[in-house]
Amino acid sequence: MSFRSAQSGNLVNSGNRGNSVNRGKSPATKTVSWVAVALATGMVLAACGGSDDEPSAAATLDPEADLSQQSLVVSNWAGYMPEDLPKRFTKEFGADVEVAEHATNEEIVAKLTAGGDSGIDVAFVSGQFAQALAEQDLVEPIDETLIPNLENLYPEATELAYDPGNQISVPYAWGTTGLCYREDLTGFAPTSWNDLLNPKPELENKTTMMATERWLMLPAQKALGFSVNTQDEEEMNQVRDQLIDTKPTLLAYDDTTFYERLISGEASLVQAWDGWCNYGIAEDDRIKFVVPEEGSDLWTDTMVVLKTSENKEAAHAFINYILDPKIHTWVVENILYKVPNQAAMEAVDPALIADFPNLGMTPAELLEQEALVDLGEAAPLYTQIATEVTASN
Amino acid sequence: MVNQSVQTARGAVRRRALFERLIYLGPGLTYLFIFLLLPLLLVLSYAFFQRGRFGGIEYEFTLDNFTRAFDPIYIDVLLDSVVIAGITTVLALLLGYPTAYVIAGLPKKWRTIALVLVVLPFWTNFLIRTYAWIVLLNSEGPVNSGLVGIGIVDEPISMLYTKPAVIVGLLYAYLPLMILPLYSSIERLDDEIGEAAANLGAGPVRRFFSITWPLTLPGVITGCIFVFVPSLGNFIVPELLGGGKTVMVGNLIRDQFLKARDWPFGAVLALAVIAFLVLLFVVQAWSSRRLEGSDVGSRVDA
Repeated sequence: MSFRSAQSGNLVNSGNRGNSVNRGKSPATKTVSWVAVALATGMVLAACGGSDDEPSAAATLDPEADLSQQSLVVSNWAGYMPEDLPKRFTKEFGADVEVAEHATNEEIVAKLTAGGDSGIDVAFVSGQFAQALAEQDLVEPIDETLIPNLENLYPEATELAYDPGNQISVPYAWGTTGLCYREDLTGFAPTSWNDLLNPKPELENKTTMMATERWLMLPAQKALGFSVNTQDEEEMNQVRDQLIDTKPTLLAYDDTTFYERLISGEASLVQAWDGWCNYGIAEDDRIKFVVPEEGSDLWTDTMVVLKTSENKEAAHAFINYILDPKIHTWVVENILYKVPNQAAMEAVDPALIADFPNLGMTPAELLEQEALVDLGEAAPLYTQIATEVTASN
Repeated sequence: MVNQSVQTARGAVRRRALFERLIYLGPGLTYLFIFLLLPLLLVLSYAFFQRGRFGGIEYEFTLDNFTRAFDPIYIDVLLDSVVIAGITTVLALLLGYPTAYVIAGLPKKWRTIALVLVVLPFWTNFLIRTYAWIVLLNSEGPVNSGLVGIGIVDEPISMLYTKPAVIVGLLYAYLPLMILPLYSSIERLDDEIGEAAANLGAGPVRRFFSITWPLTLPGVITGCIFVFVPSLGNFIVPELLGGGKTVMVGNLIRDQFLKARDWPFGAVLALAVIAFLVLLFVVQAWSSRRLEGSDVGSRVDA
């Protein structure tokens, strides 16, 4: 086998000799016609498939629908909901649930906007992305009558900037972004974004920041006194300059494993979401979390029902099931994120909140932070600046 | 009469040969057409339209995407990538040539074993192999604790998340792709030419540079292309071993499609890389044809 691959190196060379001599017209033409046949067959097949679909008419949802006749595809971040949840839902309501996983908002949005039916019924996306999807007319308005458990939500959770009144999305988890650190390594308790942006010399090469655009900008935006949703080019230029200055002091950009770096001691101070800092705290109680004094963001991860879904009743039932305190409390206790569900939060074991103090942040405290909203036309500006920062030398 | 029937017979043979070729090439060509040419045309067409608000394409003609690509920041990233891929290629050649040379000189049984060992890393997933370097090189990792333990350095040195770490990762990933074509080139060398040169008084250095090196140059070029091309487009290694601090053109393209949702600009960047590589292949084809030409010439002289 290895010999064969050795020879393939030669084939590339010998291919350059004497090809194109005999490549007459007819093979190429024939190939084209074969491809045409293949394509035509494909189209016919696709057309046949399409004709099976019933025209998914206006969405008057039937509260009496037989859910066991429906099945769901739910796309969520890996490890973000109870693993046995699909099974339990199926047991109770009869509808099969298949779970697809996505790694980022961008990934799931790309899937949902690629055109056609993504096959997904319920997607978990951050609020600003739910807003963008709604503007694209891709998500189904939430039918409140099918989700009685909405009343479990904190009143504050019904007035979030990306979707006031939860018309197109239902909040699943919420939180903020701050500094996650090991005081035994830093030697002090950081209080400001500047502790990260302009670190003390002994912290150089011991800090990480996130590279996902909105959170890459956030520390500099807040430290400079700007909005996390600013669309002002001048302000964003200042943000860029600060971030370019910060880059050489960083160990790395890290969106996913920052808490592991704290545990190993590779890093002392990292930018982190509250819930992910908790993963570090769970392993090492010397790890602490703080929201810097300049303020931070309020992010919300939501559930949306796709317009293309043919199982909208089951989709609503699924969301309703999640808002059941039994389930939503599990989320808090196992995923270690705060949920906007008053009934669920009140059922959380106080000992857990003592171990993970940021779980105890009240809705009022969270709402002091600035909610992320979709940037609309300013999105390319953020991308451009993110590129300039990460590509700077 | 005889002539004519010979000719018709030849024609039939030729036609059959053509038919056979079509049968052999048909599946491959169809595959390439559907999965290479069509997507490429799609990418090309994207480049001329505007970015959709949420990704995808807005079908309004524009050339802005091309002018944007000349922004110094993107040129810098491309040049940076070329330099990183270039250094990787040179190092791979320096490491790979002697290795291939030694393998080609081994007894047949050992040769097979050595070649299996060369491709052995491919049996493990690429991501896992790359992660292994993170474990090895990080400031709390075995390399650093070893260095500190022996007393060579006082404090762990930061090796991970630097450009050299990216180069090490790429080199490690693609070295076999250098060794294999080199090996097959060196293995085909006719020992008698070298012996003749030695008889005529050429020393080992002279023999290497006048005989071995020129005759194995096609293998060298193939190996270099095999290492350079995937290194240039790689985005996993710079992300993992560069800690996101090194951006290569592959990252840029990936980000345009998956993060920035700017398909048209991503398409332009992808086309720029393709254009660059096509140029490279043209040079390669041209130079190996020249090499083969001179090869034939020398044989005639002899």
